[in-house]
Amino acid sequence: MSILTLFVVIPALMLLGLWLAKSLNQVRGVMVAGASCLLALSVWLTIYFVQQRAAGNTAEMLLTYSVPWFKPLNIAYSVGVDGISVVMLLLSSIIVFTGTFASWQLKPLTKEYFLWFTLLSTGVYGFFICTDMFTMFMFYEVALIPMYLLIGVWGSGNKEYAAMKLTLMLMGGSALLIIGILGIYYFSGATTMNVNEIAAMHNIPVATQKVFFPFIFIGFGVLGALFPFHTWSPDGHASAPTAVSMLHAGVLMKLGGYGCFRVAMYLLPDAANELAWIFLILTTISVVYGAFSACVQTDLKYINAYSSVSHCGLVLFALLMMTKTSCTGAILQMLSHGLMTALFFALIGMIYGRTHTRDIRYLDGLMKIMPFLAVGYVVAGLANLGLPGFSGFIAEMSIFVGSFENPDTFHRVATIIACTSIVVTAVYILRVVGKILYGEVKNPHYLELTDATWDERVAVICLIACVAGLGLFPLWASNVISDAVGPILANII
Amino acid sequence: MGYSQFLNMIPEALLVLALIIVFFADFCLHKSERKVGVLGKLTAALLLCQTIMLTTVAPAEAFGGMYVASQAAQVMKLILTFGTFIVVVMAEPWLENEARKYAGEFHLLVLSTLLGMYIMMSSGSFLLFFLGLETASVPMACLVAFDKWKKKSAEAAAKYVLVATFSSGVMLYGISFIYAATGTLYFGDVANAMSDRYMFSPLQLMGLVFFFSGLAFKLSLVPFHFWTADTYEGAPTPITGYLSVCSKGAAAFAALVILAKAFGPMIDYWEYMLYVVIVLSITIANLFAIRQSELKRFMAFSSISQAGYIMLAVIGGSQTGMTSLMYYVLVYIVANMAVFTVISTVEQNNNGATQMNAYDGLYQTNPKLAFLMTLALFSLAGIPPFAGMFSKFFVFMAAAEQGSFWAYFVVFVALVNTVVSLYYYLLIVKAMYIKQTDSPLPAFKTDVNTRVALALCTAGIALFGICSCVYNYLFAASAF
Repeated sequence: MSILTLFVVIPALMLLGLWLAKSLNQVRGVMVAGASCLLALSVWLTIYFVQQRAAGNTAEMLLTYSVPWFKPLNIAYSVGVDGISVVMLLLSSIIVFTGTFASWQLKPLTKEYFLWFTLLSTGVYGFFICTDMFTMFMFYEVALIPMYLLIGVWGSGNKEYAAMKLTLMLMGGSALLIIGILGIYYFSGATTMNVNEIAAMHNIPVATQKVFFPFIFIGFGVLGALFPFHTWSPDGHASAPTAVSMLHAGVLMKLGGYGCFRVAMYLLPDAANELAWIFLILTTISVVYGAFSACVQTDLKYINAYSSVSHCGLVLFALLMMTKTSCTGAILQMLSHGLMTALFFALIGMIYGRTHTRDIRYLDGLMKIMPFLAVGYVVAGLANLGLPGFSGFIAEMSIFVGSFENPDTFHRVATIIACTSIVVTAVYILRVVGKILYGEVKNPHYLELTDATWDERVAVICLIACVAGLGLFPLWASNVISDAVGPILANII
Repeated sequence: MGYSQFLNMIPEALLVLALIIVFFADFCLHKSERKVGVLGKLTAALLLCQTIMLTTVAPAEAFGGMYVASQAAQVMKLILTFGTFIVVVMAEPWLENEARKYAGEFHLLVLSTLLGMYIMMSSGSFLLFFLGLETASVPMACLVAFDKWKKKSAEAAAKYVLVATFSSGVMLYGISFIYAATGTLYFGDVANAMSDRYMFSPLQLMGLVFFFSGLAFKLSLVPFHFWTADTYEGAPTPITGYLSVCSKGAAAFAALVILAKAFGPMIDYWEYMLYVVIVLSITIANLFAIRQSELKRFMAFSSISQAGYIMLAVIGGSQTGMTSLMYYVLVYIVANMAVFTVISTVEQNNNGATQMNAYDGLYQTNPKLAFLMTLALFSLAGIPPFAGMFSKFFVFMAAAEQGSFWAYFVVFVALVNTVVSLYYYLLIVKAMYIKQTDSPLPAFKTDVNTRVALALCTAGIALFGICSCVYNYLFAASAF
């Protein structure tokens, strides 16, 4: 039994614990204990992984384990991690941990809320540890459906519409995925659903690859906010409760990028080469369009959601550039955007919990009233616009340098267009920061508001530490990642 | 030929024995106060014994190939007996409330329909198949009319009888063509007689088309589905459940066996027929289901589309297809029966409320019931980790295994439709969890029968998928 299975077993035990919990304190106890275990496990995993690599263990996947599940159909429960999954697991654990604290005060139906929340995280963890297409897909769907209830029951605003739209669009994406998975399985002639083994066989005819590549890429791309399939994201994020927005923008959208890279590009490399230009155009639109849309929104969550569209578009954009630097940058961007956006959504949730509005036209002078949250917001904003010293800078730098390594005009023009988003990002971030944090307090009610409570401080400080940590010491992460990107890219080029 | 041949038909013989026991028990108990409870428990116990016994029965043949019970058929009998067991258990509160006097008849009729299904599935000839089909259909019509003092139930039964007669007629017409073209009614001989020729004669094609149309009526596939909604709505809820799972499962199994065995050489023809019927069934039923506000009508359209998914497994006519079909039916039984148990309970406790808006805010008052309903609906919609997602994925695999462009196209249409179906299943979830209402259904206590049925169904929904042993067992048994 591989130790990776613990990533699924612990949430399963948490579900059981929550089911049995009688009081609010027990529910919180189970959540904190479980989330801490998961965090400790993923920190240990990261350290172990770095050590193994340093010791010269060059296997593509570590901690692999495989046991037949549905034998007649060649479906197995097989797990294994490379550098990309390790950092994604770490990211998930951080977000789940901080998300628990960010929803500390949540009412009503706290127990049910955490049940679905934990089920969602089970799916996320399972997706990142698995290397079998069916099992990956199963966990992928496990991560999607709790969103419906989480947004529908505990959300705000136009929640029923947003929840239904999000669920149906994402499920539409996964319908495309099934076709793609079946196509890959049958046309590769494989007797396994293991991603690495199918990639090693490398025997799907190019014409067939070109048929199934769009299915898988769009299927995962829907979750990665690929233009024009991103429309669920602003509505969904705006209506979701705080911790769900954090988990969704922070981790779930990364499932899309991860899947595009690990399944679509890895298994259908020739098609990826030939069809990349179509998707490059779409992702360039995502990047720029998301940034410009964020400029004109007045709801804090909408601003952040469009900013996510832009940043997640950048992830797919960088992956399709297919140089080692750009792909490493893409994974770094997933990590960095996950942390930053979680921080943003946490802060927005906390501000909303006090002021009961997210409309920037009615918010002002928060720096005087709740300095801790306001400073947090400035930090998140600066990280988001790519200030050196924070994680965003490293990621975007790698992406644009890597993209420009492509010698041809098309790629370079696309890179230059995408680069403009950096400037636009600064515009919408600074506009919001200036408007809501500084200036006079015009609404007298705001003067009575209090600053962050201890549970909120835990969440915010953790996330800021991670964002700054990744920005100041990026080398270990980029080493771990580029190490894993290598074999996948070698298959493509 | 000796009477000893009957000994090969162990499952059928035991079921007849059970019928006799229930008949005499009914006779002895006709004045007892506890008649419903005792009879229900007796029948349930007999069915349970039958289920357990069926795990050990070997394939058998009798009467010169007239009766051919393959391993797959025996396992399918096991699955349907299990389904009937759940129906009998969950029907008890309804019998107690509304049909006390006729409890004996109810159980006898249920057992005889099951007997008909047994015979249908283990027939080796069109003749025996037709007999089995009629044995299953006629008592079913009585069951549909069970609430005969309710106008709707009588209307439903009238529709069912008319359609059943008509479809039997069409099917017999097809069978007579087949007999005329091949000179035999045995499945194997029909296939041999056909494969002698390079081209198929129009007579054979007509035979195939008419036979399949007759069967499609039973399966309620579009465009032969018009009776379904009214019959499902009017029939007593437990019977609607029985009709939607067991009757459909048996017909689907027989369809696969006969298409693969007797019409094997004509695979190029019936495959295209299936493509059209599947695409129509799934799409049209889904579009109609969206508009329904009566839960039983809604489930009728849902079950038409589910029948389309079951038929996906038939496309390849392979062992994978057979396994997927049996697995799908098994999962469908637990999920659908869970839904019908909830519907029936709510109906019994709230003066026959089956409208969807009766479920508004159910989670506030009856959280457990709403939760189990949610799990069942998720399973029907194909959401993991519940069994429904596995069964859907496996029928897609079985269909895609066939490999042609059209097979992939049909799978694609079916997949797009899973999103539509998710929408309407979520409508009920939305009603239970999200909708605010001033007067949700008052909280009520469910009785022990309902709890047993729901517990069994929920265990199935949760475990049949994750525990691969179920699928592997079916695969090992699915040679046919």
